[in-house]
Amino acid sequence: MERDDIYEYSLDTHHSEEEGKKVRSKILKVTVILTLITIVEVAMGAFIKQGTGIWPIVKWSFIVMTLVKAAYIVLVFMHLGDEKKSLRYIILLPYLVFIIYIIFILLYEAVELDALLKLYMGL
Amino acid sequence: MTRTETSTVDTATLWGGKISPFSTSYGKLMMWFFLISDALTFGGLLVSYGFTRHSAQSAWPIGEETFNSLPFLGHGYPLLYVALMTFILIVSSVTMVLAVEAGHRMDKKGVIKWMIATIIGGFFFVGSQAWEWYHFIHGSEFGKIELNDGSRAIVKGHFGEIKNFTVIESGKHHSKGAVITKDLLHTYQHAALDGKIKDGTITLHDGSKAKINKAEDEHVKLIIKEDGANFSTGKTIEGMEAKKLYWEAMNSGIPNRVTYGANMKANEYGPQQYAQYFFFITGFHGFHVFSGVIINIIICIGVVMGVYHKRGHYEMVEKTGLYWHFVDLVWVFVFTFFYLI
Repeated sequence: MERDDIYEYSLDTHHSEEEGKKVRSKILKVTVILTLITIVEVAMGAFIKQGTGIWPIVKWSFIVMTLVKAAYIVLVFMHLGDEKKSLRYIILLPYLVFIIYIIFILLYEAVELDALLKLYMGL
Repeated sequence: MTRTETSTVDTATLWGGKISPFSTSYGKLMMWFFLISDALTFGGLLVSYGFTRHSAQSAWPIGEETFNSLPFLGHGYPLLYVALMTFILIVSSVTMVLAVEAGHRMDKKGVIKWMIATIIGGFFFVGSQAWEWYHFIHGSEFGKIELNDGSRAIVKGHFGEIKNFTVIESGKHHSKGAVITKDLLHTYQHAALDGKIKDGTITLHDGSKAKINKAEDEHVKLIIKEDGANFSTGKTIEGMEAKKLYWEAMNSGIPNRVTYGANMKANEYGPQQYAQYFFFITGFHGFHVFSGVIINIIICIGVVMGVYHKRGHYEMVEKTGLYWHFVDLVWVFVFTFFYLI
């Protein structure tokens, strides 16, 4: 039986031809940004050797560029930017808190382990 | 309890409030929850990769040293292939979002067009990954070598082509003076693994001995990955000395001094865990891409048959789109942490 008393959210996202044009030009803009970032990343990766003086800066700029790309994909392509604020935070916050914690704890431990292995086992 | 009774119950008590607190449909919300858990899986994999890498600092291979080949063109193109793969996946993500946009306008033809483009992009990516794996498993012609002082080095450069084997000592099949021209590299690499190459001669399967006729190697460069008596990790040796050291070790006739390609036990690129992480992380991601392509095909068939048009909205396309973008998102991170850094 058809339920006419439940709000149909699926229809909220419908839009007209003119709005569609705006959406498409935004998609095009994001595509260009993502492609440019990837080109810059590959050029930096191919031409700057690991272990040189500026490598730490390069490494961190890789991470920043990755996060920028990820933000564009999640907020524009996955339309999370158009969702309600509460939904945005319920998806992103637990993940960010957890992932930052696990990155910190594991990498910290790994560096310690490396030092210990070198000290006691000569590896 | 009859049907009429159910319909007269106030929706507030029936459903606990008819309005979703997130203003989104059940299906989309559940897709997001699934993606969070999947993202945690990939996050866990990449963080454990980081853990292993940081606890084996200097021996870890560098992306642009390992992935520098293009199909048909050979070596010397650092990261270009994987950049191409990244680009393919980004483009297929764009076509997917265009399919979703067409769905919002109830443009059935547009949805079909962009979904097919997405599926093709997905197949291209899976195919590229197959090539990448093939190349990774087979490895280079030089392999990783254990030098005479006990250090281990990866080798870069152009491997001179093997022209033929001239038999100098008869065996069961080959008699003296015969010239073998088939399956040379394969035979050579197997002999090298078994320590059957000594002073420029190779011992073949049938017990015959042959001289290896080979063009000169060019631009040979050794990068030490494990300490030995004379060389320590990180040192690079180039030119004539590199060539001399490599062939001294190669011609020693001692088995297991060279490693070609990769498997779960050993690989020519770095520590054992490196190949294991490569297979697991890119394999798990590739499996996601593959299932994404299958799901896209199923939904595309639904679109063609008009299932969603009758329903009045293309939310199913939106939901598969979420999954597809997620696959792209994961690749962005794999690309950075596995290949670039």
